[in-house]
Amino acid sequence: MFSEFLQYLFTGITIGATYALVALGFTIIYNASHVINFAQGEFLMIGGMGTVAFMGLGIPMFFAIVLAVLLACLVGIALQRLAIAPAKNADVVTLIIITIGASIFIRGIAQVVWGKDYHVVPSFSGDEPIRLGGAVLNTQSMWVLSIGTVLVVALILFFTRTLIGRAILGTSMNKLAAQLVGVKTQMVLMLAFGLSALLGSVAGVTVAPITFTAYDIGILLALKGFVAAALGGLGSGLGAVVGGILLGVVEAMTAGYISSEYKDAVAFSMILLVLFFMPRGLFGARTVERV
Amino acid sequence: MFERFLNWRMNYVVVLAVIVFAIPLVMENPFYYDMATQIAIIAATVVGLNLLVGYAGQISLGHAGFYGIGAYFSAIATTTYGWPPLLAMIVAAAVVGLVAYIVGRPILKLKGHYLSMATLAVGFIIAIIINNEGQMTGGPDGMPVAPFSLFGWELSSFGLYSFFGMAVPGHVAWYLVMAVILLIAVILAQNIIDSPLGRALRSIHGSEIAARTVGVDTARYKSLVFVISAIYASVMGSIFAHFSGFITPAIASFDYSIVLITMVVLGGMASPMGVILGAVALKLLPQFLAGFQEYETAVFGFILMATMIFMPKGFYPTAVNFVRGKLRKSGGEA
Repeated sequence: MFSEFLQYLFTGITIGATYALVALGFTIIYNASHVINFAQGEFLMIGGMGTVAFMGLGIPMFFAIVLAVLLACLVGIALQRLAIAPAKNADVVTLIIITIGASIFIRGIAQVVWGKDYHVVPSFSGDEPIRLGGAVLNTQSMWVLSIGTVLVVALILFFTRTLIGRAILGTSMNKLAAQLVGVKTQMVLMLAFGLSALLGSVAGVTVAPITFTAYDIGILLALKGFVAAALGGLGSGLGAVVGGILLGVVEAMTAGYISSEYKDAVAFSMILLVLFFMPRGLFGARTVERV
Repeated sequence: MFERFLNWRMNYVVVLAVIVFAIPLVMENPFYYDMATQIAIIAATVVGLNLLVGYAGQISLGHAGFYGIGAYFSAIATTTYGWPPLLAMIVAAAVVGLVAYIVGRPILKLKGHYLSMATLAVGFIIAIIINNEGQMTGGPDGMPVAPFSLFGWELSSFGLYSFFGMAVPGHVAWYLVMAVILLIAVILAQNIIDSPLGRALRSIHGSEIAARTVGVDTARYKSLVFVISAIYASVMGSIFAHFSGFITPAIASFDYSIVLITMVVLGGMASPMGVILGAVALKLLPQFLAGFQEYETAVFGFILMATMIFMPKGFYPTAVNFVRGKLRKSGGEA
């Protein structure tokens, strides 16, 4: 009984850590540019599928992962330069549609280049599971959790301790003021997209050994990450992490105790409840609108 | 006389009517009729969606869900339970209107992209239910639908009808019926746009706060137009179910919601002719890409992105402005 619960909890936290990373990627881009990037999930796809493709060329796994992450970062920067930057004064609706278009475009290219098959990425360190209190924990889950933790800590340090990180924060608070004190805001936006792509692709490749990977996995992951971000409160880093884990755990519990067919419906019901009863999410900032 | 026609708010409806009724004069092939009818159904759907996106400036990423409820409600009620199709269609529309109101009312008090999140979630939940309740809906494999009938008169693509003594095959009859419905949908939409509701919506699009300051109950109008656009989708979903005779959950999917939104923004937000052109263009796109099917997704994404970056108003208004500019210029020189 308890072991069952523990099992669902492990599964939930693992998948929740992935959602948290996607949600953080959303948050970084949202804070820097107020764009909701629907192409966020494609970074995860590029992470996983890129690794598979580069390994197929005979490149050792570690370097294949590095190449895939680099590729995702390039795509992220290109997205900002070629699609978001030219539409300077576009309203929110237009920007949302541009990123949806970008996501479909990237998926379409991936489908042509990498094919439609599902692929398995080997676990980073063997398939021998760890037994804990009657539940089974994959070593890959440990990888997901530790890499997730490292990334979150690195992000916190980046945003609070480095000049570049603080420049991004400054731009997100007030673009004009940041420009006045000499921050190159265009560089900052590129950096935000690159960073977000880095988070997404690392999440994509670490979770790939558990979930399989294919050209079209991005869309659902992006939406789940989006739900996690909204759950925590759009724009809040802490919210993104908490929202991600919470969503993962609730989903796993639903799949375990209620119905695995309706586990995806849980995420979407949660977002409706949040929108109805606390639209700012768990940790969202109060916004004041200037007219 | 010509001047008066140019300034008449409904002039494009006449143009549209001429076009849709001229098509049977040049078209023979049943396959083309099938295509044209499908385009008319989807065009009427996006004319409704356009009220929300183009005039109220709100985005729905779940309209296929409403379309799906309409289609599946009609399919199940008529085929499984033997309801008359018109009754099923009306009840489906009422159900969809209620769902849209319950979802929209609290959300539309908020600003920004919250409606897109909420509609996305609602759309997904509807699609998941349709996929999983296989006993009722046939699940991912889809389900057959009885033909449309009214007081014992049955409309089927395979029937043969006579109209004032002329023999009309079923696929042509369906097309003509749908052409009339499309025109009605457009006229209705234009009347909504020109009503006080339409004026309130445009004021919201311009500046919501300014609108509220002069006493426009913005949340009420936005939820009203959201409900109207959802009902458009539901009715067209019902019609599509009867027309095609077989439906699958793909029509309720997130991807399909994106297709609908794309038609609106591609052709031209806030322009009924524009969104109809958008529907025609996107529906015909796969035909043009014959032989390059694997590139379809990429091309679709590229078009969506490029239109929004370079012609955020959509191609129809952009083209009209271009032509008007040219005319004015040549007129000035003369």
